[in-house]
Amino acid sequence: MASHRSRAKTWYGHGLPHIAKKRLPGHLIAIEGTDGVGRSAQIELLRPWLELEGYAVSNTGWTRSPLLSETINEAKAGHQLTVTTFSLLYAADFADRLEHEILPALQAGFIVIADRYMYTAFARNSVMGADPDWTREVFGMALVPDLVLYLDIDVESLIPRVIMGKGMDYWESGMHLALGTDLFDSFERYQSRLLDEYRRLSSEFGFISVDARLPIEELQAELRKHLAEYLSGASGKPRPDSGDNGASTHKE
Amino acid sequence: MREKNRPAIETAGSPGGAAALELPAAVPSPNGHVTPPSAAPKSAARTAPKSLLETPHPYRGRLICVEGIDGSGKSTQLLLLERWLRAHGYPVHFTEWNSSRLVRHSMQRGKKKNLLTPTTFSLLHAVDFADRLTYQILPPLKAGMIVLADRYVYTAFARDVARGVHPEWVRAVYSPALRPDLTLYFRVPIDISLERLLSGRAKLKYHEAGMDVGLSTDPVESFRMFQSRVLEIYDQLTTEFGMRPIDATAEIPDQQRVVRSMVQEILRDYDLKRANGKNGVTSQPR
Repeated sequence: MASHRSRAKTWYGHGLPHIAKKRLPGHLIAIEGTDGVGRSAQIELLRPWLELEGYAVSNTGWTRSPLLSETINEAKAGHQLTVTTFSLLYAADFADRLEHEILPALQAGFIVIADRYMYTAFARNSVMGADPDWTREVFGMALVPDLVLYLDIDVESLIPRVIMGKGMDYWESGMHLALGTDLFDSFERYQSRLLDEYRRLSSEFGFISVDARLPIEELQAELRKHLAEYLSGASGKPRPDSGDNGASTHKE
Repeated sequence: MREKNRPAIETAGSPGGAAALELPAAVPSPNGHVTPPSAAPKSAARTAPKSLLETPHPYRGRLICVEGIDGSGKSTQLLLLERWLRAHGYPVHFTEWNSSRLVRHSMQRGKKKNLLTPTTFSLLHAVDFADRLTYQILPPLKAGMIVLADRYVYTAFARDVARGVHPEWVRAVYSPALRPDLTLYFRVPIDISLERLLSGRAKLKYHEAGMDVGLSTDPVESFRMFQSRVLEIYDQLTTEFGMRPIDATAEIPDQQRVVRSMVQEILRDYDLKRANGKNGVTSQPR
C-alpha cells in the first residue's frame, strides 16, 4: 500500500499549520489557461479516461466553493469590488475548496483535477495592479500541484472562440479596469496582458504548456500524453491501472 | 453615519460631566497633520509585502481603534468617546469589525452550517476589513475625519492565530491595513469578561466561545480556554504594535477619563477648522 513513489507534496508558503501533516497519496493536477480557452471541455474528457484507467477523480473549480460562490457572483453583479477584496474573495473560495475538497480527496488517493489554480489569481492580480508579493503571500496556504498543464493560446485565436462561445463578458474583458469603453478593444488588451502574465508564470513555475489552438481531440491526446507520463513516473509503473493509488481507493 | 448593532448604552452625563477632560484648543496648524517621512521604499524585491502597519499613515484624519476580548467593555468605551468627540464638534466616522455587507451572507452561512475553517474564517474577515478599508476607513481619513474602529486587524492577529492560522500569514494578508494613530487595548481577566457576557445575554456565541476549535464541548469552559489563548496573544501584540493597554476592570468613568486623555494627545495638532470645511459652521458647543 505504501509502496508507491509519489513525490512528497509541498506547500506554496506557510501552508496550513492547523492541519496535521497527513499523507496525501493522491495527485493534484491543475489545468490553467485564460477564459474561453477550453479548459472545462478538456477536463470533461479527461475524467472518463482516467476512470477507465482505474483512477478515482475529483474535480474542483475556481469560484465553485459552496461557501463563497454566491457571494462572489453577487459582488460581481454589484460592482463594489476592489482589487484587494477581489483577491481575498478568491483566496477564501480557494481555501474553502482546498480544505473541504482538495485535501480530503488527495488523502483518499484521488486524482484531483483543478480547473484553474492559484496561478489564475497571480496572473489576474498582476494585471489588475495588486502587489504581486502580497497575492503570493495570501496564497501561501496552497498546496503546490504535482502537475500544471497550461492551455496556451494567442489572443487572435482566442477571440473567435469566445465570441462563438458564451460571448465576451464584462469581467473577462477587463471592463472594470477601464482600459477603454469598447468591449472588444478592452477584451483584446486585457486578455493580451493576461496571456503575457500566464507565459511568465509558465516559465517561473514550470508549467507544461500545450497548444490550445489544436482541435479538441488532438489537444485532449496531448493532455493525456502528459498526464500518463506523469502518472507512470509517480507510480513507478508504466501501466496506469496497476498504480496502487487510485485503483485501491476506487474499489472501496 | 453610525451603523447599528452598537450596545444600547446611553450615557446620562453630558460631555462636560465628571469624566470629561478639556479637549486641546484645536489650533489649526499651517501644514496640517505632520507625519514623519515614510520609511517604506517601493521595493521590487520578492519578499514579504511591506506592511503599512509599520509606518504612520499620511492622512489628515485620525484613526482610533479599540481592541480586547469579548466582554472587555471596549464598545462601551468607544461609544462614550464618540459622544465626547461629537459634542466638541469633531467629525467622527464609526466602523465596526465584521459589518460589511459584502461577506455577510457567506459569514452567516458559514457560521450556521459550521462550514468555516480557520483559514476561511480568517479570509472572510479579511474581505470584510478590506471592503471597509476602501469604503469606510480611507475616505473619511483622507477627508480629515476621526475614524473610530471597533476592533481592528489585531483582532485577526489574536483570534485567527488562536484558531491555528500562521501568524506571519495573517499579518501578510492584512498588510494593506493602515497603522492607527491610537489603539486602545482593554485588558480584562477571563472571569470578568465571562461574568459580563453571561449577565448580559445569558448565552455565549458559538465562535466567540471558540467552540469551532474543539477545546471543550462546554461553552463556558471553551470560552475560558479559547479566550485565554486570545488574551495571551493580545498581550504579545501590545508590545509588538504599541497598543495602549487600559485596565478594563476599572470603573467605566475612570476608564473613559484615561481614554479621553490619550485621545487628547493624538489630537494635539489636529486642524478642527479645516476638518469641518472651509466656511464650515463649527458645531462646537463651547
